[in-house]
Amino acid sequence: MRVLMFGWEFPPHITGGLGTACYGMTKGLAKNGVDVLFVVPKAHGDEDETNVRLLNASDVTVNIDNEIDRSYWDRVQYMEIGSNIIPYVGPEQFATMVEEYRRATSHFRSSVFAPRYEFSGKYGANLMEEVARYALIGSSLATKYDFDVIHAHDWLTYSAGIAAKETTGKPLVVHMHATEFDRSGENINTNVYAIERRGMEAADLVITVSDWTRNIVINKYGINPDKVVTVHNAVEPSDKSLDEYERSGLKAKVVTFLGRITYQKGPEYFVEAAYKILQVDPTIHFVMAGTGDMLPKMVKRVAQLKIGSNFHFTGFLKGNDVDQMFAMSDAFVMPSISEPFGIVPLEAMRLKVPVIISKQSGVSEVVRHALKVDFWDINGLADAIYGICKYKAVAEIFKNEGKEEVDNLKWEFASKKIKAVYEQAINIKNRI
Amino acid sequence: MRSLCFYFQVHQPWRLRTYRFFDIGKRHVYEDEYTNRTTMQRVSEKCYLPMNQLMIKKIAELGSKFKFALSFSGTAVEQMQLYASAALDSFKNLVETGNVEVLAETYSHSVTSLMSKDAFVKDVKDHVRLMKETFGVRPKTFHNTELIYSNEIGADASELGFDLIMTEGAKHVLGWKSPNYLYVNAINPKMKVMLRNWKLSDDIAFQFKNGNYTVDNFVEMLNSIPQDEEIVNVFINYETFGETIDASEGIFEFMRYMPDAVLKNTDFQFVTPHQVVGGLQPMGVFDAPIPLSCRDEERDVSTWIGNDMQDDAMESLASCFRKVKNTKDEQLAHDWHVLTASENFEAMSTKNVNSTPYDYYINYMNILTDFKNRII
Repeated sequence: MRVLMFGWEFPPHITGGLGTACYGMTKGLAKNGVDVLFVVPKAHGDEDETNVRLLNASDVTVNIDNEIDRSYWDRVQYMEIGSNIIPYVGPEQFATMVEEYRRATSHFRSSVFAPRYEFSGKYGANLMEEVARYALIGSSLATKYDFDVIHAHDWLTYSAGIAAKETTGKPLVVHMHATEFDRSGENINTNVYAIERRGMEAADLVITVSDWTRNIVINKYGINPDKVVTVHNAVEPSDKSLDEYERSGLKAKVVTFLGRITYQKGPEYFVEAAYKILQVDPTIHFVMAGTGDMLPKMVKRVAQLKIGSNFHFTGFLKGNDVDQMFAMSDAFVMPSISEPFGIVPLEAMRLKVPVIISKQSGVSEVVRHALKVDFWDINGLADAIYGICKYKAVAEIFKNEGKEEVDNLKWEFASKKIKAVYEQAINIKNRI
Repeated sequence: MRSLCFYFQVHQPWRLRTYRFFDIGKRHVYEDEYTNRTTMQRVSEKCYLPMNQLMIKKIAELGSKFKFALSFSGTAVEQMQLYASAALDSFKNLVETGNVEVLAETYSHSVTSLMSKDAFVKDVKDHVRLMKETFGVRPKTFHNTELIYSNEIGADASELGFDLIMTEGAKHVLGWKSPNYLYVNAINPKMKVMLRNWKLSDDIAFQFKNGNYTVDNFVEMLNSIPQDEEIVNVFINYETFGETIDASEGIFEFMRYMPDAVLKNTDFQFVTPHQVVGGLQPMGVFDAPIPLSCRDEERDVSTWIGNDMQDDAMESLASCFRKVKNTKDEQLAHDWHVLTASENFEAMSTKNVNSTPYDYYINYMNILTDFKNRII
C-alpha cells in the first residue's frame, strides 16, 4: 500500500509537535508495510528519509493554464494571517517568526501563480499564500505519482488533500491534530474553521488524536460520527536516561508546568494550586517553563501571592533543556483546559517523572499511571501534587509503571490502526 | 559669608548576571563580572581619574577656600579594589588633602532603611568600617541612598552616632519653607538636617547637557538667592563629570572655572557638610513622617517599593537577614550587600516604560532562592 501524505514540516525542521508526530507515524507505517510519499512545502535535504520518500513542494512546477489548477484556485480563500491560527505556536513566538520571515523575504516578492514557488515551510506572515500554493501543488503532484490513498495533516494541508482527491479520485483521510477550538477557545477564526470543516466533509474518513477531539469534531463541526475514528498519538521510546542529566540543586521537591503559557493550557490553575500547597508545605518549589501571552499575568499573580521565592520561571525551553527540566522535576503538571492530545506528559513519563493531567486532555484517555483531575478543580490539583511530593510509595509506582506504560505506546501500534483506516477508506471508495 | 556645600556621590552597583532556574543550588556567582569590570574601568578612565586630578589641582590652587564632600558606596570601593586600583589610589590622595569630607551611607546604596532597622544598622556599620579601612577616617555625616529620609530614619541615624543627615529639599514637605537653611529632625532635635537644593543641583546635572548652562548661570542663580538664606547644598553624582556628560561637552571646564567664579563674584564660601553643624543655627523642624527621596517628580520611595514584585522580593530578602546578620562567611556577607542594592528594586519598578521588570524579578528571585538555600 502506498500513501500520499501532506504535512507541513518534518524533523529536524520543526517548530511544533506536528512534525514530530508525522515522523513517528511514518516510521510506524513503514513497519506495517505502508510506503509513504511525504510532501512538505520545503525540504531542506537533511531530513531522515529512511522510512519515507520526501517530496519537496518547492521543486514542483505548476502550469498556470491548467484548467484544474485554475478552477481550484478560484475556490481557495485568501486571507490575512493572525497568530491564533497557527498550530502549536504562541503569539510571542509568532511575532518573532513573522519578524524573521519578513527580514528573510523582503527582497523577494512571490506570486502564487509563478511556475515555480519557493516555500518557506514556516508559519510566517505569508502562511495563507503558502497554503494556497500548496493546494495547487497537491493536484499537480497527485497526477505524477502512483498511490492508493491520500492523508492530510491539519488544516494547513487540507486544501492540498482535497485538490489531490479531486484530481485523482483516490480516497482522502484527514487527520485532526487540533481543532480551532483548542487553539482559540470560543473566539475562533472562522476562516480556519471553514477550511477544517470543508476538509473533513470532503474526506472519506477523519482521524482524530483523541475521543476528546472526536467529540468536538462531531458536536462543533457537525461531522458524521460514522466517519470519525480516534487513533491516539504515540511517542518514540527515548534512549536517554536520567543519568545523563544534572539533578536539581534544590534540596526540595520540584513541581513543573511546561508548555505555552496561554489560556488553553490552564497556567493560572497551576499558580493557584501552588499557593495552596505552599500554605501547608513551604519547602516545595514550582517551575513554570515556557512563554506566552499570559506570562506577565502569571508573574504578577505569583508576586501578589508572595510566593516568588518558591515559584520560578524559565522562559522558553527547547531541545535538551526540556529533558533537563524533567530530570530536575519530582512531578509534572498539565492542567490544560482543552488539549486535543498533549504529548508532553508522555515525554515526562519517559524520564520517570510522575504526571498530573487534566481530564480535559486526550492523553488522559490513554495513560493509566497518572493522576487525573478536572482543570478547574484547584483543590484536587493541589491534593494530587501534594500526594506525589509527600507520599513516596505513590511516586515510586508512577515513576516505574508510568515509564513502562509509555514505552509501550509505540507508533508501530498506532500506525497499524491508521493502516486499517486507509483500508477502510479504500473500501468505501470502491463500494461507491 | 554664606555657605555653599558641594557633595558628590561615587557609586557603582554590582550588576547581576542572567541566573537561570537550572543554576539554583549549583552556581553561587550572581554578578555579571564582565559588565561590572568593563563599566568600572570605563568610568575610571572617563571620570574618576581626570576629575580627581582636576579637583586635586583646584585644591592646590585655592587651598582651604575650596572644599567639598564625597560619599563612596561600599560596592564602588570594592569594584575599584578589584578593577581600578589607580582610581582608588587617586581618591585616597584627594581625601588626604584634608579638604574633603567623607560621608557615611549604606554599604551597597541599598534600601535596607525601607526593610528593617536591624538590617539598616548593620548596613551603615559595614559602610563606616570600610571607610575607616580605606580612607582612615570615621564619617560624621550620614546620607541615605538617594536621600531616602523620614523622621524615623533620621532618628535611627542619630542613634548610630551621627549628628548631621542629608536629604532632599522636597517641596511637598517643605511647603513655603526654603531648603537653604539648616533644620532638625522631628524626633531627635540634636540631629541636624541638611537639604539638597534640587534646582541648582539638577541644573548642573541636566541643563548642562542641553548646552545652555554655564558658570555664569550658576553664579547668577547663587546671587539671586535672598540674602538671609544661609546655606546652599548642591548634591550631584560624581559620574556626571565625564561619564554621564562627556568631557567634550565642557563639563570639566565648568568645574575648573566655577570655584574661582563663586569666590570672586558671590558672597558664598565653600564648606564641608559637618562644618556647618557648629556654625549655623537650625531654622526649624523638618517633619517627614512618610519616607521621601530625591527620585522622580513625586520625590517618594515608589521607585523601590509598592508593587507586588518589589514587595515580594523585599519580604523574601528581609526573611534572610537573621541568618546573615552575624555571619562570619565573607562571601555570604558580600552577597547580602549585592542583593540589598536599591538597583534591584528599581529594576522591578513598572514606572519606567523602558524597563523589563518581570524578567528582572524572575532572575532576582532565582538568585534569592539560591541564596536562601545557602543560609539554611
